[in-house]
Amino acid sequence: MPTQAIEKTAKNLVLTVQDYSLFAYRAFMNLFRPPIYWPEFLVQADIIGVGSLSIVVLSGISTGGVLALQSSATLSAFGATAITGQFVSLTMIRELGPVLTGVMVSGRNASSMASELGSMVVTEQIDAMRALGVDPMRKLVTPRITATILMLFFLTIVSDACGILGGGLVTVFMNHQNGTQYLDMAWEHLRYPDIVQGLVKPLFFGYILSSIGCFYGMRTSGGTEGVGRSTIQAVVWASVFIIFVDFLLTQVLLTIFSYL
Amino acid sequence: MSESPAFEQFDNERASQERVGQAPTANAGPVVVFRNVSIAFDGPPVLEDISFSVAPGETRVLLGPAGVGKSVLLKLVNGLLRPDEGSILLFGQEIAHMPEEQLFPLRTRVGMVFQEGALFDSLTVRDNVAYQLIQEQVPDDEIDRRVRDALRFVELEETFDLYPASLSGGMRRRVAIARALIRQPELLLYDSPTGGLDPLTSTTIIELIVKERDVYHTPSLLVTHRLQDAFILCNHRFDAVQGHMVPLPKGETDPNTTFLMLEEGRLIFDGSLHELVKSKNPFVREFLQ
Repeated sequence: MPTQAIEKTAKNLVLTVQDYSLFAYRAFMNLFRPPIYWPEFLVQADIIGVGSLSIVVLSGISTGGVLALQSSATLSAFGATAITGQFVSLTMIRELGPVLTGVMVSGRNASSMASELGSMVVTEQIDAMRALGVDPMRKLVTPRITATILMLFFLTIVSDACGILGGGLVTVFMNHQNGTQYLDMAWEHLRYPDIVQGLVKPLFFGYILSSIGCFYGMRTSGGTEGVGRSTIQAVVWASVFIIFVDFLLTQVLLTIFSYL
Repeated sequence: MSESPAFEQFDNERASQERVGQAPTANAGPVVVFRNVSIAFDGPPVLEDISFSVAPGETRVLLGPAGVGKSVLLKLVNGLLRPDEGSILLFGQEIAHMPEEQLFPLRTRVGMVFQEGALFDSLTVRDNVAYQLIQEQVPDDEIDRRVRDALRFVELEETFDLYPASLSGGMRRRVAIARALIRQPELLLYDSPTGGLDPLTSTTIIELIVKERDVYHTPSLLVTHRLQDAFILCNHRFDAVQGHMVPLPKGETDPNTTFLMLEEGRLIFDGSLHELVKSKNPFVREFLQ
């Protein structure tokens, strides 16, 4: 019956939201409670931070370059190509740097967290860990979340810098404009609220992508097919959630800074 | 199997544990008690109204066909799963509704061997076997020594630096047994330790279980659907002098090895081997035949 299928889907959705809320709450509380597994944290920081560096650099440079190309074409109609630097830097720092880095890192790491933890679930390694008296939430989930939050913060800074660099390269070598003017405009019009806005977002995005990756990994069932399913769900929901939360955060931060 | 210093080492450590009162004594109550336990997963009950106990020094063999809820029952024993109804006592403590945080220290007193070994594939055999000791920040030298002793017990000392991927199925089970034994548990849970193995390797695993039973007398609950394994356990003893398992005289069985049998989630038999083979229950008769 179609109504039964709808009812079942709705119940599953509500149950998933409830499970994720509880999981996210436990994961968040564990960030402030010992024991903290520092070796696991360092390993994950290396995997997530250093491992994602190349894609963040490449995507940052390309995005900055595209922004410069597109904006100069539009701005030239108003004789305002001089503000290309301002446009690229503000867009990268306030919006595209955090979001793009979040989405790129979720594609790489939310998927790997879901598949790694999912494989451990279906091969009973998670049960074995619990049977050995070790809490998988603390041992596996918390280090991944902490490392992602910290590394996404720094990766966003790298992405911002690469975006501005990419925009500069396009401005100088393709649009044949003055490089000093580009950098002056990129720097002069930056305000602290812009930077704060751009650096608060990755903290939320890091938590979202890592908690969703771990959540889908830890609730994997159905063997290797289930691992594949968890991986897809983790990437899709982490990306969608990042974009949705970005909208909310932007609204909140703009409201806060309008009062300051 | 050959007699080795690992025995002495394990014995010494066991003795020191008993001195500090961590190991169960002969006068202690049951190690595990199930009272009217039921559990279901989105459907009809997987286990229904299960009641039994495991006494100190007792080895209980849980028989039943595949998919009857044997592994679920084993996971209920150390709180990896929670029952919907009923009461479970582990070392005298009610665990059916115990918070997960409180269960972790209790679980460190239980050794569990999973169906496929469940070794951590990113860790070496040394780190797998020493997993609990590493968490407890035991010095590296002591970890190495105890891991070598545990591996010697299962006759796999040469796998110390290998990764699980390079081991055969039987070797993985033996490493899993070493991991379960390294902290001298007060209860051992074996989940189909011979499932999917060839007869020769299965006998090696069963011999290790007999050796553990007769040397350390650790109470245990063993899940299997293989009758031959259950009968070997009951009809053999470990001869420490010869260093291997030998058959008991004809007609004799190990008095501390008893049987449970599940049928469609219900416990239909609880008794000795003698009672099992004399049972009139049609399902038991069919299973035995």
